[in-house]
Amino acid sequence: MPRRTSWLSAENIAFVIFLIFMIVYPFRTDDFGILNAAYFAALTLLALSLSMIWGKAGILSFGQTAFFGIGGYLYGIYTLNVLGSAQTWVGLAVGMLAGGIVAAILGWFMFYGGVNDVFVGLTTLALTLVLQTFMAQTAGPEWTVGEARLNGYNGMYIPQLSFGEMPLYGRPLYFVYLAILIGVYLLLRWLSSTRWGYGLLALQENRPRTESFGYNVRLMQVQVFALAGVVAALSGVLYASWGGYIDPSSMGLTAAITPVIYVAIGGRRSLTASMISSMILLKLSQLLASSAPEYALVIFGLLALLAVLFVPEGFVVALFNLIDRHLLNRGGGNLPGMTAPVEEVTANG
Amino acid sequence: MFDGLFNWFYQFQVSFSFLLLSAIGLAVIFGMMGVINLAHGEFMMLGAYATTFLAVKGVPLALAILIGALAVGVFGAVIEMLVIRRLYGRLLDSVAATWAIGLILSQGMLILTGPSIQGVSSPFGSFSVGAISYSWYRIVLGVVSLLLIAGLYILFMKTEFGLRARATIQNQPIARSLGVDTARMYTLTFALGSALAGLAGGLFAPTATIVPFFGTNYTVEAFVTVIVGGANALVGTPLAAASLGVINAALGTKYGLYIARVGLLLTTIVIIRVLPTGISGLVERWRMRPARQR
Repeated sequence: MPRRTSWLSAENIAFVIFLIFMIVYPFRTDDFGILNAAYFAALTLLALSLSMIWGKAGILSFGQTAFFGIGGYLYGIYTLNVLGSAQTWVGLAVGMLAGGIVAAILGWFMFYGGVNDVFVGLTTLALTLVLQTFMAQTAGPEWTVGEARLNGYNGMYIPQLSFGEMPLYGRPLYFVYLAILIGVYLLLRWLSSTRWGYGLLALQENRPRTESFGYNVRLMQVQVFALAGVVAALSGVLYASWGGYIDPSSMGLTAAITPVIYVAIGGRRSLTASMISSMILLKLSQLLASSAPEYALVIFGLLALLAVLFVPEGFVVALFNLIDRHLLNRGGGNLPGMTAPVEEVTANG
Repeated sequence: MFDGLFNWFYQFQVSFSFLLLSAIGLAVIFGMMGVINLAHGEFMMLGAYATTFLAVKGVPLALAILIGALAVGVFGAVIEMLVIRRLYGRLLDSVAATWAIGLILSQGMLILTGPSIQGVSSPFGSFSVGAISYSWYRIVLGVVSLLLIAGLYILFMKTEFGLRARATIQNQPIARSLGVDTARMYTLTFALGSALAGLAGGLFAPTATIVPFFGTNYTVEAFVTVIVGGANALVGTPLAAASLGVINAALGTKYGLYIARVGLLLTTIVIIRVLPTGISGLVERWRMRPARQR
């Protein structure tokens, strides 16, 4: 059983501060700020999805955007064909389910076939690029599913999530998105504290040894991969509904690598760190994009480079560990993997 | 009949040289160092810029391409010493770091030179078979890619450098204890891979518009070829470029560019599943078979 430790850790304190900030924020800003924050919440789910598989189970996917896109597109296709505001919520479920099913099939295909480590990253990257390339050529009028026109790079029009006759907008939209984000975060944290979650941590360190302890390693990999697929698809649905729009670039190379960078800078081992860093970096990239659009990406690239070179556990996790050690006297902090060896892949491995 | 056959052969050899040249630098670095260089496309972009810059100034194209490749090779050596060296054994971190380098390069080039620069036209003109006209330059690219493979074969199999490099791949600690400066081998290998990327960029420069995001046109195909080819750049990459070239040319002439690309990517997913070590892994197993039976 997991060791019981005090709840008072830097990670939990940071979460509470984050939550209070997110609740107060919409009352301190204008309509644009609120909408913007909702957009960040939708995209941060994608970072959580990646943090769950990469940080907790050691599966690096470069293609979570594939499930993101599947969620967004299927939500659009469903809601354009089955009209009605209640149906938008069914559409949300359809999108999530589709993401989960595709992830489960791909996971079964990979993990039961002995595909691991960097090859998982490359397979998922290939999948997201397949989908991007395929959707890119659907500009013509022959590419319609019922009432829904896929529309290639012009983007697909998508109805918004609504209650009654009113589409979600402003503060209600923001709080629904925030509740979903926090709900998913708590669910994932709870799952990683279960026996199953500790099994994932074990298989990340050593698969054969975990297997010899009686864990069904492959099944667990497929399960967590499917779960992350559902979360990524949820992110895609919320994104598509937020903007009323989705296009193939949401599954392209840049979109696919961005969450990896957010999670790497924050610290993949901690869901809290990934969530906070994703929110901050989304805000930062937007600030940079409006004040100095050409320099934004250069600065962002430098930041990622510095993180990888000098703070490999992630900026936010490093901060948590400092606070834990010096202010809360918690030894090395309760975040696993601080000193654990990172991926041991050598030139001949 | 002959016209159709020639057209098909032409399309195939264009696909082949395109895939091979895009991939070879990436394959050398991945095969020897286990590092996936996500800045590969941007290294190609640097080569294309250097080549174009010189060629517009009046330097003969062939010389401009060689100088461009050399410059990118030196740049690669610097990057290896500053960044990549710290990340050996941390595959995923090196992926993130090289992605960041690529971002800085393409965006920095945009700031420095603007959205596009004046290009050079492709030399040698064209010829026609039947009703269709073909470019001589693309035939030359096919020949160059074959010569390049032959050159790399000699470099790795017949020279002192190649011997030391292969020893380093096979067993780094033992090579080191036998007096091979493995850190230097890694720097040289990374420089070689970068120079090959620069060379490819320079060779493609006359066929494309020169923009800061030039590299993204080739990155995906390069990765696909390397995955299908596996770790051995000499054996795997040409075979992968040939087999993917067949798929690309067949789908491309029949259904267009997009579907050809989807076909390439789907093939790759299946290859990863059935042949995780790529074609060179298959060749390796086939070569080892008699030894095991003995």
